[in-house]
Amino acid sequence: MKTTKYKYIKATFLFLLALSITSCERELSDKAEFATYGTTGNIFIDAPVGLTDQFFVSFDPAGGANTEGFGTDESVTYQGASAIRIDVPAGDDFNGGFIGGIFVDRGTGRNLTGYDALTFWAKGSTTATIGLVGFGTDFIENKYAVGLENIKLSTDWRKYTIPIPDASKLIQEKGMFIFSAGGIGAFPEMGYTFWMDELKFEKLGTLGQPQPTMANKEDKVETKFLGDQFSMADYGLTQTFNLASGINQTVTAAPSYFSFTSSDIEVARVSDAGIVSLVGNGTAKITASIAGIAVAGSLTINVAGAFPVAPTPTLAASNVISIFSDAYTDEPVNFYNGFWEPYQTTLGGETTIDGQNVLNYTNFNFVGTQLTTPIDISEMTHLSIDILMPEVLPTDIDMLVQLKSDNTDPNTFQQQRIGGQTYAWDPRTGDVNDTESNATFETGGVWKTIKIPIRPTSETGLDKTTVNLIVIENIKNSNVTELHIDNLYLYKE
Amino acid sequence: MDKKNKKSMRMTTILLKTFSLVGLLIAFSCTPDETQVVTEFQDLVFYDEFDTDGLINPDIWGLSDGTGTDGWGNNELQYYTDRTENASVRKGILTIKAVEEDYSGAAYTSARLSTKGLKEQKYGRFEARIKLPTGQGIWPAFWLLGANNGDGTNGTEIWPNSGEIDIMEYRGQAPTIIHGSLHGPGYSAANPITKSYALENDRFDNDFHIFGIEWTASYINYYVDDVLYNQITREQVEEKGVWVFDQPFFIIINLAVGGNFVGAPNNETVFPQTMLVDYVKVYKK
Repeated sequence: MKTTKYKYIKATFLFLLALSITSCERELSDKAEFATYGTTGNIFIDAPVGLTDQFFVSFDPAGGANTEGFGTDESVTYQGASAIRIDVPAGDDFNGGFIGGIFVDRGTGRNLTGYDALTFWAKGSTTATIGLVGFGTDFIENKYAVGLENIKLSTDWRKYTIPIPDASKLIQEKGMFIFSAGGIGAFPEMGYTFWMDELKFEKLGTLGQPQPTMANKEDKVETKFLGDQFSMADYGLTQTFNLASGINQTVTAAPSYFSFTSSDIEVARVSDAGIVSLVGNGTAKITASIAGIAVAGSLTINVAGAFPVAPTPTLAASNVISIFSDAYTDEPVNFYNGFWEPYQTTLGGETTIDGQNVLNYTNFNFVGTQLTTPIDISEMTHLSIDILMPEVLPTDIDMLVQLKSDNTDPNTFQQQRIGGQTYAWDPRTGDVNDTESNATFETGGVWKTIKIPIRPTSETGLDKTTVNLIVIENIKNSNVTELHIDNLYLYKE
Repeated sequence: MDKKNKKSMRMTTILLKTFSLVGLLIAFSCTPDETQVVTEFQDLVFYDEFDTDGLINPDIWGLSDGTGTDGWGNNELQYYTDRTENASVRKGILTIKAVEEDYSGAAYTSARLSTKGLKEQKYGRFEARIKLPTGQGIWPAFWLLGANNGDGTNGTEIWPNSGEIDIMEYRGQAPTIIHGSLHGPGYSAANPITKSYALENDRFDNDFHIFGIEWTASYINYYVDDVLYNQITREQVEEKGVWVFDQPFFIIINLAVGGNFVGAPNNETVFPQTMLVDYVKVYKK
């Protein structure tokens, strides 16, 4: 088997090269015409077609992307002389535990308005699932990004179709293809190989019955604060086309494909890029359409006033290890939201609302903050968290706050119930009768400070010298979907 | 009147294209079996362009009411009503609508129009311009049944001896494919004489298409738009059974839900579904 490996090349070098070649001065012509762009649909047939020299631009290796597994194969092809070959690494591969990246047009972009789908043939060395394929991602704006998630590979060649949500938008698209694939099973996932061939934009003509949706087709109602900004991309924008096979193929689609309408622009305004700005008190319903077809689902926002200012911590910095607070210098974190697949639904993370830096989580079920370097909290007596839930609150709120250490023993952690529920807990849980730690949330929209005592290692097993993870979990699935968090820190009395 | 003339002109174009296609077939086919003879049927006998809002012309159409026996013999799930909720005429279009609703023990309602006892004809060109519905379990059809169809008494014949010409059948889950079939003694139910036609780069639920046959004493030709895609000859039929197509037939247009041919709808099937009929025309020689 002959396999050609394409090396991961730093894009900057090529970019500079391109600049030096093309930057010759020109007079403006009398007859200025609108630029038109190439209409080539082919991306990879037997070789890359009109792509950048590096062909494959990997996701950032610093984020775990493996840049070694991309190449072409002359012995396994669907048709013609060559196919793309992807060696998906094992989850614990030292070069990176997954593979993925994009193909970018080598010119200024292509006019894809004459096509209705991206298609390709693929097969796997074994049956497996590729997490993501799509197009429209160029690592610059990603304005018209489209994703088809979790495609099932067969061990024989099979054709895959990714519908274009609205081709009239793609007058100058550079993002020709994106894929992301991890191994099979639980960590450390098992690697495998898959091949792709005849990758191209096509005018199939056989796509029909568009059914765009947002918010899972629900009429979602949320309470938010004046001055807040968020993207409609957080509300599950999809487009579905029925294929010739009768299958409804659903892709995620970037907000720029949609036209959004706000029922009251004195309350909420939506930009072309789908960014919503809350500019006044009241209620506004956001609806959408795509290529003239109404989107199923809507988002109604109640803007109830300015975002309350979180309490200002008063403790001396010398007595505090801060994780998220403007009052102190924070410990560096890897993330404020790990987006742990497949069970986590929580979206969001660090954001700014009306000038305040806060953590804002939506679709909340659980979320974790991971420190870059484990910290020693042996001297600390409490964990302090300010929480604000903007919604009308249910009475059965029951959450679990956990501190975990960097060691591998899954049983060594401290956990604390919050929300005021008083039933059985395991020995690692604190006193449920302590109203400061197990606080009740009476009303939505106000800040509440929770102070959780750090308990002896003899009771919890927590190794206090290497704490690196704080997890908040909606343990009984009470009807709380949105959390704001501020002033997350440990302190000693 | 102008409108009708224009449509006749288009008909002629279609026929001419058909002729040239047949000419090609004749010129390039090696075996004599593949030669086709096309008769030109240009004498318009009757038509319905559905130009009177709100009225399904009672001189042409009767509407079924009920579920037939065993779901019209196919375990179909719909109840056919004569209500305007299921069949109506507006702006030149007959709309047959399949609705998901509890109705007299059925989970769906729809409509079935027939020219039985009103317009029956032996031989001719039968065609309709239709935009088809879509989705798993959706089964529209444009077809002919022998006018002598009955219970076998009083000179009637039981199916399939009475004959059935399916000009167009379609599965909503296969939106690019239609089927043209013949049923008769020796070739019926799951074993008809049939052929499928698939649109290239298009699908039947995106726009209107013309479905037609030309039927003579010696063959039945099947068309979609300007493409002749099949000819079934008397000889082919008689290899399998009896040619029962020398007597008048009537037209049926219906939209079934579920049934043996398509299976039941699933949770992705969108209701209501509509079958839009622009016109029905019948010609003789």
